Amino acid sequence: MTPTTPAVTPGHAAHDAHGHGPPAEPTVFGLLAEFETADGMSHAAAKVQAAGYTRYDCYSPYPVADAVDAMNFPKSEMGTVMFVGGITGACTGFFMQYYLNAYGYALNVGGRPYLSWPSFIPITFEMMVLTAALTGLFGLMALCGLPRYHHPLFNSKAFDRASRDRFFLCIEFVDPKYDAVTTRAFLNELHPVSVEEVPE
Amino acid sequence: MATAELPTTRPAGLPPEPEMHPLILNKHGLVSIGDAIGGVVLNGKHPRGWWIGFLSGLAMLQILAVSVAWLFYMGVGVWGINVPVAWGFAIVNFVWWIGIGHAGTLISAVLLLMHQKWRTSINRFSEAMTIFAVMCAGLFPLLHMGRPWFFYWLYPFPNVAGVWPQFRSPLTWDVFAVTTYFTVSLVFWYIGLIPDLAALRDQAHKRWQRIVYGLLSLGWRGSAIHWRRYEKVYLILGGISTPLVLSVHTVVSFDFAVSIVPLWHATIFPPFFVAGAIYSGFAMVVAIALPVRRWYKLEDFFTDHHMDIMGKVMLATGFLVTYGYFSEAWMAWYGHSLYEWGTTMERMFGPYGWSYWCLIGFNCVFPLTLLWSKKIRTNYFWMEMICISVLIGMWFERYVIVITLTREYIPSSWGRYAPTIWDYGTMVGSMGLFLTLFFLFIRYLPMISITEMRELLPRKQGGGGGHSIMENAP
Repeated sequence: MTPTTPAVTPGHAAHDAHGHGPPAEPTVFGLLAEFETADGMSHAAAKVQAAGYTRYDCYSPYPVADAVDAMNFPKSEMGTVMFVGGITGACTGFFMQYYLNAYGYALNVGGRPYLSWPSFIPITFEMMVLTAALTGLFGLMALCGLPRYHHPLFNSKAFDRASRDRFFLCIEFVDPKYDAVTTRAFLNELHPVSVEEVPE
Repeated sequence: MATAELPTTRPAGLPPEPEMHPLILNKHGLVSIGDAIGGVVLNGKHPRGWWIGFLSGLAMLQILAVSVAWLFYMGVGVWGINVPVAWGFAIVNFVWWIGIGHAGTLISAVLLLMHQKWRTSINRFSEAMTIFAVMCAGLFPLLHMGRPWFFYWLYPFPNVAGVWPQFRSPLTWDVFAVTTYFTVSLVFWYIGLIPDLAALRDQAHKRWQRIVYGLLSLGWRGSAIHWRRYEKVYLILGGISTPLVLSVHTVVSFDFAVSIVPLWHATIFPPFFVAGAIYSGFAMVVAIALPVRRWYKLEDFFTDHHMDIMGKVMLATGFLVTYGYFSEAWMAWYGHSLYEWGTTMERMFGPYGWSYWCLIGFNCVFPLTLLWSKKIRTNYFWMEMICISVLIGMWFERYVIVITLTREYIPSSWGRYAPTIWDYGTMVGSMGLFLTLFFLFIRYLPMISITEMRELLPRKQGGGGGHSIMENAP
């Protein structure tokens, strides 16, 4: 697993691990194909997946379910993340109230039991929603690696339209099947508007 | 893996999509949507209406500054609050504002779960309204504290006195409910904004705009995998915001219903409060959306069809609220409680009876006779009048509830209540705060979701042909 050339970045070290030898020029992020329609991108994603590429992604101005299904991306993990966050918040909320009103500062209100659980439900619920929402936001940012302001794709002028009206598919340099010539030829077969090499 | 053939049109097994009113008028494409909505923010040219709205809001905000300064200098005694009516305008305005806020969450979350595509043109706008309305609402309990700099005493925090909050009290529930509501609304709003901010970043020509929107968009690049996670978070947030919005106004109603004051101690309160919240919230959304869509020529996105639907929702919630008024009187009569019935009579014909009839007139009679007609529901002038009437009526509803304290059990504890000029100043000032924030919002952020409108656009125009969050849950 040790990189053969000390100068390479971690991404290229992974490339070495696949037995491709030292990368020739560690300056390329990948090949970016531009499509006019969402369907064009989804079809291409299915072909790219079938051809055995593993390190590629699609980019679109709005979510395209077909594309991510074609990429074989499983159901999102965010549900689990938010569920765990919510349950943690609910338990914290409930036991905080119980502990504080029974032990921390024992309050006898009209002779009610210390564990008067029905009156603890509203705050338990609110705490659950609060923590679920916050884990949702921060979990999304963590899993997507955001904020990330300097992504190689932003080097491409055409990529500005990924948030507007164009659909992109990028096969990354770190993909074990990546080859500057054959991958480009393969992408050209998928009817893109253009294929461009994006510098790292 | 076999090469999957992807459907380019709707799969054959599904029934054909019903013919509906178009939700986006004219021949828009992906680019023109961005230009129409994003252009408002990026071009910096603003119609006279914006300046009138913003400057009047700013002027009213100065009234708030003066009122609050005087309040801090003199103490809460400058308000008309007294012993039977200990909260007065502060709680009237608190409940009014938080109720207005509820429409935003209802539109963004509940209608999302119910597959109501028309919500897309108003959800951003209404969520912003929620956030600002909750800010205005939060102002009143804070000011009413007398020493607002100790607001953090409301929360459990370790302190040398070893004192902790009383978690069995609805007032403590309220603190948690409102804090959670504000935070979750902000999170929901911001997550929805991220892709739009990225779109603005790429569309902007000015350097500062690219920097600011770029920073706020967190470097979003529209990756398919990110979109899938994003949609999941959005869907779950919709799912948990739905019970949240119901819980918040329920907890607000508990502030009253858990007491033993006649006509407050009623099980009808939580649903009745929630219905009233939706009623006033929709009224506020329409009241603001109508002039704004005209100023910015956004009729293609907020269509007459939208007005029609919103009018119907108001009609339905208006009748729920009216049923609440009927039920209150009915239960008082049928329950054979001397105090309930006596208080009802005082409410209707006592010294503050005029406010009860204002409530019935503004909230029930005027809107609910007019809203039946589609012509009126799609008429600019009449809808604006109806919405303002509902906003006034819903304010009177809370006033009538709070003023009940002047006539309850024992005549010796009866009293009178009159707001002072500082009560009115704070109320008008809170409207100024709301308007100022709102007009700044439409100036600096896209008031309609660009991304969701693009997704909603029919497939033949380049869009997604609907919402995958709604129809094909991630």
